[in-house]
Amino acid sequence: METASTISTTTAPTTMPGAANGVFEMPKVTYLNAQEGIKSWLLTGDHKRIAILYLISISVFFALGGVFASLIRIELLTPGPELDAEMYNRAFTAHGIIMVFMFLIPAIPAVLGNFLLPIMIGARDLAFPKVNLLSWYLYIIGGALTMSAMVIGGVDTGWTFYTPYSTTYSQSYVFLTGLGIFIMGFSSITTGLNFVITTHKMRAPGMTWSRLPLFVWSQYATSLVMLLGTPVIAITVVLLAAERVFGVGIFNPNLGGDPVLFQHLFWFYSHPAVYIMILPAMGVISELIAAFSRRRVFGYSFVAFSSLAIAIFGFLVWGHHLFVSGQSAYAGIIFSILSFIVAIPSAVKVFNWTTTLYKGSISYETPMLYALAFIGLFAIGGLTGLFCAALGLDVHITDTYFIIAHFHYVMVGSTVIAYLGGIHYWWPKMTGRGYPEFWGKLSALLIYVGFNLTFFPQFILGYLGMPRRYHVYPPEYQVLNILSTAGASVLAVGFMMPVFYLLWSLKYGPITGPNPWGAKGLEWETASPPPTFNFDATPIVTEEAYAYDAEADEAAYQAALQQGKR
Amino acid sequence: MWAFLVTEVMFFGGLFLAYTFLRWKHHDAVVAASGHLDWILGGVNTGVLLVSSLTMAMAVHAAQEGKRKATVNFLILTMILGAVFLGVKAFEYSHKWHDGLFPGFNFHWIENPAYAGGAEMFLFLYFVMTGLHGLHMVVGIGLVAWIIKRANRGDFTPEYNIPVEITGLYWHFVDIVWIFLYPLLYLIQPPHH
Repeated sequence: METASTISTTTAPTTMPGAANGVFEMPKVTYLNAQEGIKSWLLTGDHKRIAILYLISISVFFALGGVFASLIRIELLTPGPELDAEMYNRAFTAHGIIMVFMFLIPAIPAVLGNFLLPIMIGARDLAFPKVNLLSWYLYIIGGALTMSAMVIGGVDTGWTFYTPYSTTYSQSYVFLTGLGIFIMGFSSITTGLNFVITTHKMRAPGMTWSRLPLFVWSQYATSLVMLLGTPVIAITVVLLAAERVFGVGIFNPNLGGDPVLFQHLFWFYSHPAVYIMILPAMGVISELIAAFSRRRVFGYSFVAFSSLAIAIFGFLVWGHHLFVSGQSAYAGIIFSILSFIVAIPSAVKVFNWTTTLYKGSISYETPMLYALAFIGLFAIGGLTGLFCAALGLDVHITDTYFIIAHFHYVMVGSTVIAYLGGIHYWWPKMTGRGYPEFWGKLSALLIYVGFNLTFFPQFILGYLGMPRRYHVYPPEYQVLNILSTAGASVLAVGFMMPVFYLLWSLKYGPITGPNPWGAKGLEWETASPPPTFNFDATPIVTEEAYAYDAEADEAAYQAALQQGKR
Repeated sequence: MWAFLVTEVMFFGGLFLAYTFLRWKHHDAVVAASGHLDWILGGVNTGVLLVSSLTMAMAVHAAQEGKRKATVNFLILTMILGAVFLGVKAFEYSHKWHDGLFPGFNFHWIENPAYAGGAEMFLFLYFVMTGLHGLHMVVGIGLVAWIIKRANRGDFTPEYNIPVEITGLYWHFVDIVWIFLYPLLYLIQPPHH
């Protein structure tokens, strides 16, 4: 294996985005400047502009969610109470709701998916541009309603809204929050609808299903989950709200109802929602691994169909959230087995990515660092998921920090990491400019270290028995909690750095040209940033996805080394 | 459109699950409460909707043949039938309110008190399910009105009539939901009266 840190290709003089400054010029008319003024943005039908609108709003919500996370970590620094219990409950509920519904679910589909899906399949736009814009407005309206509930007093039920607490006892703003989530659900549905139809109907000539980039496959699978799952949470929220208003008691055991019915309905959406978060991330990783090891993804069709398999099996495992909620032992056994089965397609992906690296011509730019971090962290997150799927062990770790650590490894360690990797990889495409590679690598490193320091101690805490959702804890847990809070501080710095250098790069970043990475894929064949309708002429696809040639690239690199050009 | 309808199925699906649970857990109360629904009015409405589906199908057919006038007439007929359905539904709703069978605000169960909780939940689901269905009907009537306007303008030809067709799909879907709701809500036991 080579230890080279850069690679060479005929299409790109260098892999450093923009190190070839001066070679390329910014295209004159791009989607960014084709029309001007705020109104042209707020009424745009351009999928790329809508992606940018999403990028901005999602980043704001991510920051807000982060503020609440900081509150939690500050509170847990010491065993005693800094915040009172009420305030702490509201803080972790706000953190959960914001991060799940306003960041993780829309993040990759609505930003990267919106921007890339039409370009990757060679289309001018999504099938329904106005519906796409509508989805952003629904997201903003829903987000604003939910945030207003946080401002006027917050919600204290946890992001899961378990009944009967949420319907009968909670004095907080459950109705308003629910309304916001209901509306944001329709944003998700419209996005999914648009993606499915676009993928079916608008592929460029020659772009067969077996030539689709794996990112598109994963977006497609995600969209199916959005279409099938989101309406169920919508109706569940309606029942929840109606029950709060009318006091009828479908979920209230005192009145003859059943709170576990709510848990079934809730997790029928919310477990598949986990796959809404992780599938697009897996799609991003497939793109990054291929581009930076210069190889076609190993077992393309296995990776593609494993996305669909995850989407399907993902719907059959919700009961593993109810192992201790009084569901029957038989149901528990079946859900346990199915939960183990869903790990298989995930493992297929992990093995295929690592196999792709083998004999690749690997280089370690920022996006690749994120991709490699993803593989490691997702492996930990996924394998600890199997702990939770095992019936006996789950009884011990239910509602402890082990669960918190497990799903943060999947949601942050995998989804957020992939999202950031994708943002860095496609940043030159979105803006036409490169980010500073040194700062990119530094922040990736800080995030990796900070993340592990934050969440690894929580596995141990949970295993030792520290329950989640309490603002005080026995003093023997303090050392690990201090480590976790210290890690969270590093993580916060790591997350803030890209905000600064990416904004900096908008003005001062080097101009990168259409294909700074020498990568394959239709998105790299159009200008950076692309024109409004993506391509000057409809592209015709004649080759497979990821038609890289690692050996040739490696040979060219070695030859350049010998000639002293490197 | 088909993808959208799948979403709709899942949307109603959650309610059907709640219904299944309720009927299993409070069987007798559900039977007692269902007796308060007027199966004749429900039956009339079922007939009205079935005919409206027929007129809708005729409208789609006429649009495919390029018969503008027939398309518009059948669509207007569909709209009228939809409005009749909603009128009957409104009458039923107001009746329930007068009888003190409106969950939450005006609910007075005078029969076997053991059934009060289950009966209230049943009527609650009745209002949520039929209410949601009614909302879909309102949207459907709006869609048909829009299609009438476009058909009048001569937008549709034998080559281009997709909007008529997808509106038709939507209409049939809403109709089918009712075909499920009617027996599940109204016809639980053979009517005695």
